Amino acid sequence: MGTVVGGIGLSHVPSIGPVVDRGRTQEPAWKPLFDAYVPVREWLAKLKPDVAIVVYNDHAADFSFDKYPTFALGVAERYAIGDEGFGTRPLPEVTGDAELSTHLAEALIYEHEFDLTLCQELAVEHGFLVPMNLCFPHSPHGWPVRAIPLAVNVIQHPLPTARRCYRLGQALRAAVETFPEDSKIVVMGTGGMSHQLQGKRFGFMNEKFDQWFLDQLEADPERLARITHQEIMEQAGAEAVELIMWLTMRGALSPQARRVHRNYYAPMTTGMGLITFEA
Amino acid sequence: MAVLRPIPDTSIFDLRLARRGRRLNKLCAALCSPEEREAFKRDEEAFMSRFGLTATEKELVRRRDFQGLIDAGTNIYYLLKIGSATGNGLYKMGAQMRGESYEQFLATRNIRGAL
Repeated sequence: MGTVVGGIGLSHVPSIGPVVDRGRTQEPAWKPLFDAYVPVREWLAKLKPDVAIVVYNDHAADFSFDKYPTFALGVAERYAIGDEGFGTRPLPEVTGDAELSTHLAEALIYEHEFDLTLCQELAVEHGFLVPMNLCFPHSPHGWPVRAIPLAVNVIQHPLPTARRCYRLGQALRAAVETFPEDSKIVVMGTGGMSHQLQGKRFGFMNEKFDQWFLDQLEADPERLARITHQEIMEQAGAEAVELIMWLTMRGALSPQARRVHRNYYAPMTTGMGLITFEA
Repeated sequence: MAVLRPIPDTSIFDLRLARRGRRLNKLCAALCSPEEREAFKRDEEAFMSRFGLTATEKELVRRRDFQGLIDAGTNIYYLLKIGSATGNGLYKMGAQMRGESYEQFLATRNIRGAL
């Protein structure tokens, strides 16, 4: 049977990609971020997940506003590396798990009534790849886990509510548990934390809010899921609303999940949070 | 029903704004291809005409008026693609939107070396 063995909440800032590609992770300005992932990678090496389900948003790399799905699940054997306007990063393509994806699609749609868009082709970009880079170091031949993209609309309002994202996580856990094969799964909720990338308030961050969000995510996610988009945007910046994807990750864990790691680093324009749980 | 309320100095990208920015966002989406980026750099005017930009929208692109483009309905993640094609990274665009020089903006950051 499938088991959710862990959850990770983490930020997916695009500038991290070139830092990885150019071997700059030990520079003083970046070292504090990457150092926080050393114990996380050790922890993951012990957990030995087979599959990572990455809850992320596409930043107009493969989806466009012509058609922009609220929730979209990858159901492919493999996922190409996307070009989001800055060139294609030198990364191996991502191996999916089409059997698990198919099971998740059927369970989420039939049993749990989440009407997902299903993608047989999907090019992934920084929202997906930066979290993979941080947690799962790749070799020229590939990545150490199979991965399944689950894209959420967090850029064109109306967005799904925080509570809907949390419920999706709960449904995801139930769906994983009815997968007939033995498979260990980690769920990654990506994005944020506080940031705003336009207007006079460009560069706005709020560490107090971010720390509160991490506290609540650990202690009372059911209550945190009542937060509105308005509250997040007012307190943490318009683009911080992508934090609702962390609630999908938290929903996929048991309410009593044990927090393992926690870190916060806010060098430039985004609060880069990290939190891990054992399910 | 939850209706979003305006937030000072903030653009909230909703469906109304997305519809206004349809042409601009389509142009930006095309910049996800290397061939199209070259076409944009080779002849920006022809590229803008191809996507049916209005005279006002074309002028915003010519002037690299990033806040103007946001107000005209360009989504920030689409705007990044025009920024990249014109040599204006996120922080340069942000400094302009704040009404600051690039150096002034960097001086407001916690760790300005994290570029």
